[in-house]
Amino acid sequence: MHLKYESQLREPLVSGNKNYRQVTEDIVRPIEAKPTRLWYVGFFIAVALLLFGVYSVYREVTYGIGEWNLNKTVGWGWDITNFVWWVGIGHAGTLISAILLLFRQGWRTGVNRAAEAMTIFAVMCAGQFPIFHMGRVWMAFFVLPYPNTRGPLWVNFNSPLLWDVFAISTYFTVSLLFWYSGLIPDFATVRDRAFTKLRKRLYGLASFGWTGSTKHWQRHESLSLVLAGLSTPLVLSVHTIVSFDFATSVIPGWHTTIFPPYFVAGAIFSGFAMVQTLMIIVRKVFAMEDYVTLGHIEAMNKVIVLTGSIVGIAYLTELFMGWYSQNKFEGYTFWYSRAYLFSPYGWSYWGMMACNVLSPQIFWSRKMRRNVFVTFFMSIIVNIGMWFERFVIIVTSLYRDYLPSSWSVYYSPTIWEMGFYAGTFGLFFTCFFLFAKYFPVIAIAEIKYVLKTTGDGYKDQMSAIEAQPLEAFVKDQTHHH
Amino acid sequence: MAKKKFVVGCFEDEAVLFPAVKKVRAAGYKIHDVYTPFAVHGLDHAMGLRETSLHTAGFIYGITGTTTALSCISWILTKDWPLNIGGKPHFALPAWIPIMFELTVLFAAVGMVLTFCYLCQLAPGVKKHHFHARATDDLFVMAIECTDTTNTDDLQAFLQSNGAIELSVQVAEEGWWFGRYDNENVPFQNKEIVAA
Repeated sequence: MHLKYESQLREPLVSGNKNYRQVTEDIVRPIEAKPTRLWYVGFFIAVALLLFGVYSVYREVTYGIGEWNLNKTVGWGWDITNFVWWVGIGHAGTLISAILLLFRQGWRTGVNRAAEAMTIFAVMCAGQFPIFHMGRVWMAFFVLPYPNTRGPLWVNFNSPLLWDVFAISTYFTVSLLFWYSGLIPDFATVRDRAFTKLRKRLYGLASFGWTGSTKHWQRHESLSLVLAGLSTPLVLSVHTIVSFDFATSVIPGWHTTIFPPYFVAGAIFSGFAMVQTLMIIVRKVFAMEDYVTLGHIEAMNKVIVLTGSIVGIAYLTELFMGWYSQNKFEGYTFWYSRAYLFSPYGWSYWGMMACNVLSPQIFWSRKMRRNVFVTFFMSIIVNIGMWFERFVIIVTSLYRDYLPSSWSVYYSPTIWEMGFYAGTFGLFFTCFFLFAKYFPVIAIAEIKYVLKTTGDGYKDQMSAIEAQPLEAFVKDQTHHH
Repeated sequence: MAKKKFVVGCFEDEAVLFPAVKKVRAAGYKIHDVYTPFAVHGLDHAMGLRETSLHTAGFIYGITGTTTALSCISWILTKDWPLNIGGKPHFALPAWIPIMFELTVLFAAVGMVLTFCYLCQLAPGVKKHHFHARATDDLFVMAIECTDTTNTDDLQAFLQSNGAIELSVQVAEEGWWFGRYDNENVPFQNKEIVAA
């Protein structure tokens, strides 16, 4: 049920005393205006990175996995690190749109659209890594269970790698549907105020003929709620399954039962950091400070300090168990390969600790949570830290095997390995720049829905409601029209 | 296709719209639809629309997904090509839970979105009659279907007295989508409405 009342103690989610028309104007403005020079510069940098990535992948496909520095024991390196990193980033969007919808967190409306877009682009980037890691990428369809002439020889349904195939593709599909179903009414808004023929036609196609009928809205609400309910366990399952890729193995440092919650917390942590990076740019470039307020940034920083600390506890638990288990291999991995600063990869462990555990603690201070520059800087630090986390997990567990004779030489990536990673940045930002220019970056209809309870300028009407006697207040707020 | 005549009244504020909807219904007019820029809660009840069963469809799609996963995997791993993996049971249910769960979600989500589009007659390229361009912006647009005996002038005056800021009479064609254009808005609660 929707209350007409919200406490005046809560700060407004939409500042600047807007009405419905102004909300439309503000959010549609970037679509109707010509792109700025800054947009072109950013877009072309992104496309250039993407092209470099395409060339790197071309070399890998043509000459084989040997283009990368993976070796005898480090069979997973930058590629799987990047895969897990991007998938993790892809978790914040659905978390914001689904879990926060179920928890009735009003502030999600300002950021959910862009966060969902980020999710979709991040999952697209993530998917590239396991696919091209296969080497013979033209046989990638072998991962699908289809009747074939080789027996039929089926895929192994008991393998976490196959669970990943299902989890990631389901996650991508459901996120895309959720995002697009929310976009349909907003595309209709753009269509109905379009003054060029082309725009009317394109947004007409994209809006599927939406009219805003009450019955359609009723179904739309039901659809959003059920999709949110489905996405909530889905988002938890996806990173759980990604962590199973490691946790179900017998490699020291991977074979731990805390991986699922620890990975999910880390995913939310890095995802929110990426949302901060993007939203701080978007609100500045498109003058959306009224919709993505300091309150929104503060709320996300609270999530960052919470999940960062959960991740920190997980790191400490791992170290403790490395000692408490008295298992030589576990102890060696955790206390030498990782936590010993002067071991070959000790720098990456302590980089991870500094970025993920120590530095987010400044967000206990309200002043820091509401500081845009600090937040922007921290959002990048957190994502560097989360990249280190995956690198630490993968490489430090692999470079020293059970058998010292197969200990590998120091693994560092080739230019083409790095180029592939850079290329996914190109893909991500190319998509995001196009999204920012051609899509409503904030959910117009959802902002209008919360405007009269949480908008600046409507808040003072709440004092009239507060002045009512209790019975009248209860009757008014629980009345079904 | 048959053409129909509608009297259209636009409202600026949902607080004005609600009493107007009740009065129009109490006066015996048939509200074709109310077009709003966002989901106005309680408007469906005020108009007497029945609850949607879309979530029930979602549940059915979901269990279809679960069943699909369980039946396919169990057939493949126990009948079609049983693999001996260290003597472990062929019917390894715990290991199948992730895929069963993912297919449940996938089937439910895809099925519901397609059903939603089918029921609301939404698809790329569909063109519908729009009673007012600002219905997706800042106006709440009420379309009332006229009968042979409707006096459009009286009705417009009635709407205006109830707070409509813009009025018009429009002729619109019925939709082509399997002839379902009108059916979906037939109210099922035809009980008496008392004007607020």
